[in-house]
Amino acid sequence: MSAPHIPILRQGKPYISLDVQTVNQLGTEDPAAEISFACADMIKYDLHKMGEAREALKKFSCGELVDITKRAGEIFLNDDLPIGVEGDLQSPEDYVLSLAATSGLPHSLIRMNMQRLGGIFGQIDDIFQGLTRGLDWSVLDKGYGEQGGAPVSFSPTTNELAVILPSNSPAVNALWIPAIAMKVPVLLKPGREEPWTPWRIIQAFIKAGCPAEAFNLYPTQHDGSGAIIRRAGRVMLFGDDSTVKQYENDPRIEVHGTGYSKFVIGEDEIENWEQYVDSMVESVSANSGRSCICTSTIVVPKYGDEIAHAISKRLAEIKPLAQDDPEAKLSGFANPQFAEWINEAVEDGLQSSGSRDITSEYREGERFQERGGMNYLQPTIIRVDSFDEPLALREFLFPFASIVECPQSEVLEKVGYSLVLTAVTKDVDWINQLFDCPEIERLNVGNVPTNRISWNQPHEGNLFEFLYTRRSFAFAESA
Amino acid sequence: MTSDEAKAQLDERVREMMAWHFSEETGCPFWLDWKKEAGWDPREEVKSYDDIVKFPHFQDEWLRDEKNERFVPNAYKGRPFNVFETGGTTGLPKQRVGWEDYKHDYEQFSHQLSDEFFPKGGNWIMVGPTGPRRLRLAVEHLANFRGGSCYHVDLDPRWVKKLIGRKELGQVERYQAHVMAQAVEIIKHRDISCIFTTPRLLASIGERISISDHGIKGCFCGGTSMTPEYVRFLQEEVLENKAQFVPTYGNTLMGLAVSIPEELPENNYSVTYYAPQPRAVLRIVDPEKTEITKDYGEYGRVELTTLTHEFFMPRFLERDEAIRREPHAKYAWDGVGDVRPFGALTKKVIEGVY
Repeated sequence: MSAPHIPILRQGKPYISLDVQTVNQLGTEDPAAEISFACADMIKYDLHKMGEAREALKKFSCGELVDITKRAGEIFLNDDLPIGVEGDLQSPEDYVLSLAATSGLPHSLIRMNMQRLGGIFGQIDDIFQGLTRGLDWSVLDKGYGEQGGAPVSFSPTTNELAVILPSNSPAVNALWIPAIAMKVPVLLKPGREEPWTPWRIIQAFIKAGCPAEAFNLYPTQHDGSGAIIRRAGRVMLFGDDSTVKQYENDPRIEVHGTGYSKFVIGEDEIENWEQYVDSMVESVSANSGRSCICTSTIVVPKYGDEIAHAISKRLAEIKPLAQDDPEAKLSGFANPQFAEWINEAVEDGLQSSGSRDITSEYREGERFQERGGMNYLQPTIIRVDSFDEPLALREFLFPFASIVECPQSEVLEKVGYSLVLTAVTKDVDWINQLFDCPEIERLNVGNVPTNRISWNQPHEGNLFEFLYTRRSFAFAESA
Repeated sequence: MTSDEAKAQLDERVREMMAWHFSEETGCPFWLDWKKEAGWDPREEVKSYDDIVKFPHFQDEWLRDEKNERFVPNAYKGRPFNVFETGGTTGLPKQRVGWEDYKHDYEQFSHQLSDEFFPKGGNWIMVGPTGPRRLRLAVEHLANFRGGSCYHVDLDPRWVKKLIGRKELGQVERYQAHVMAQAVEIIKHRDISCIFTTPRLLASIGERISISDHGIKGCFCGGTSMTPEYVRFLQEEVLENKAQFVPTYGNTLMGLAVSIPEELPENNYSVTYYAPQPRAVLRIVDPEKTEITKDYGEYGRVELTTLTHEFFMPRFLERDEAIRREPHAKYAWDGVGDVRPFGALTKKVIEGVY
């Protein structure tokens, strides 16, 4: 198949722009896709019309949309779906190859992410129930009803959920999929190298019977993203700490920032640390270490050196391989300079005498590697002497973690914010303290890798509460 | 007019302007002093437009650093002048003196406008930078020349640029909304058939009301570069293909380079501008060796030469780049296409702010 043209989708209608950019296959001059770009003012205009898109979704009951979502999941995983504007079809395998060609992700990771996304579609009723705390779907259809014997009514906060998607992880699309069953249209700005996943999900929804008007896809430049962020009723975006800070007081915007996820072993379990090596390795390296739910800091009361060596030995087995190698677990960087910048940041941190790269004793070659025209960073474990070390609480887009020793009694005051914190302990008092800590968004108690999350509980915010607000209501007796 | 005739006309104009600006009786102190210092007499050596490369590039800082009186031609001595400003986000702005040029330029432009879309006798509204800018008087003169009156809504681009520089984008939106509210009120409640504004402001008005449904038939637009896609958006969606969109390229130092609006759709909305020759000439030059003119179809930096009795400005390098385009049957000289900020692909430029 030649490079498809990915058009703008305006309430489901393809629009071919005169502003077309070519995304090449990584490391080559061969085009992988031509992409229509939208100007910022077009997006502003279209935002005024999103009420029509919501009306199209409102014609369906939540129950029907849940069924459509489930069907869409099967279609996403198995069917040939339209791609581009020439009537071509994309098989699931074509999707894997296209995404690999522009993102640098190994095929095995893409397939894993596909299954993960498929799971989101398939569990939509659980997710819906989890996020709404068991709300009867008919309440959203009717506008009011009862929950747990109390009267409830919910009104939407927006006509659209806008998502500024990154290029580095197809699984983040999981965050917006449930919005459709909640009757909220989506407005997606894909990452430059990753139009494939949102496009395929949209096509799957449409084939499953969802009204096309619910889907808006706007490849655009910075000014277009700015217009979306400033104008859309609800916006999800991905960024670093400064982005989080910038929007922390804006209730319209939910920033998915750095996760700072941690794996902590309690004093009661530390003698059994060898039993937890598998979990720690998975937590650090799953999805090539790119997720915010991957562990970036391991905290233990003792045996820091032993654990660092044990994990390093295992992580050193993860090497840059051909993208189609079934054993490939390490992703290249779509923007090759990112790998250089990240490597420089790690090397800067290692200038401190209290930080040592333990993996360097086990891996083949340097951390920074070039292979097949792509740049890679090999897994890295840094043993740090204290939380004061510059690399102690850092997170990078590759399998990276620091290991620090800290008395259990000081852990909570030292670790700061954690999107996910796994605490391997049976110490009830400490577990209670952990549950009481507002800086932990998701707490796993026991030997659970940080990358394993359930979607029927909030993940960086509750989507239902983001899209709906509860109101009081009463009917006069005569009404 | 053929291309040869256009060239002959331009060469004649060059000789006339050399004689005017470098004679003691008619030239201005700035150029007469320059001639003395340069040690050569342009009247002798510049006999055609091709010879214009003998001049160095005009530096627009001279319009800030020199007193305005030094640019008053001796032929105009004693006549009060208009002062028109350009730039000036910080510090003293650059200023150009003038008398009748803006009227000539806009009367010439008026002849290019379609009476169907810019009806004679129709009223205008100008939404954009007024204040010390040439546009303020020029658009009103254009309206008057065509038998109408002109309403004005001001916007201060210097303040907008400062806000953008400080990343206060929320303030930019609020200020734009303030300007828009005024414009929309006038458009709703007065009989207006034509508008001059900038592309962004046009889109912003169109977000609030249907421009064509409120009686506006023609939109003359200028101020910032526009991609073909943006031009298409303005014509097809903002003006709903009911009013005519007339993009222009110009500034205080040149006058107006015009486009051919009726041919935009067939050219995929790629806009080509033609300078008001022989009063001003646009040349697409190699940025590294500016004496070399780029080939047709190639991008290069825009060089402007202004040749009026009031103002002589040789080889001023604009902050834009564009594609050199072939002459057109309507304008028998080179055009400049798909104008964008110079270095747009390699650096971030605050442009198109209003």
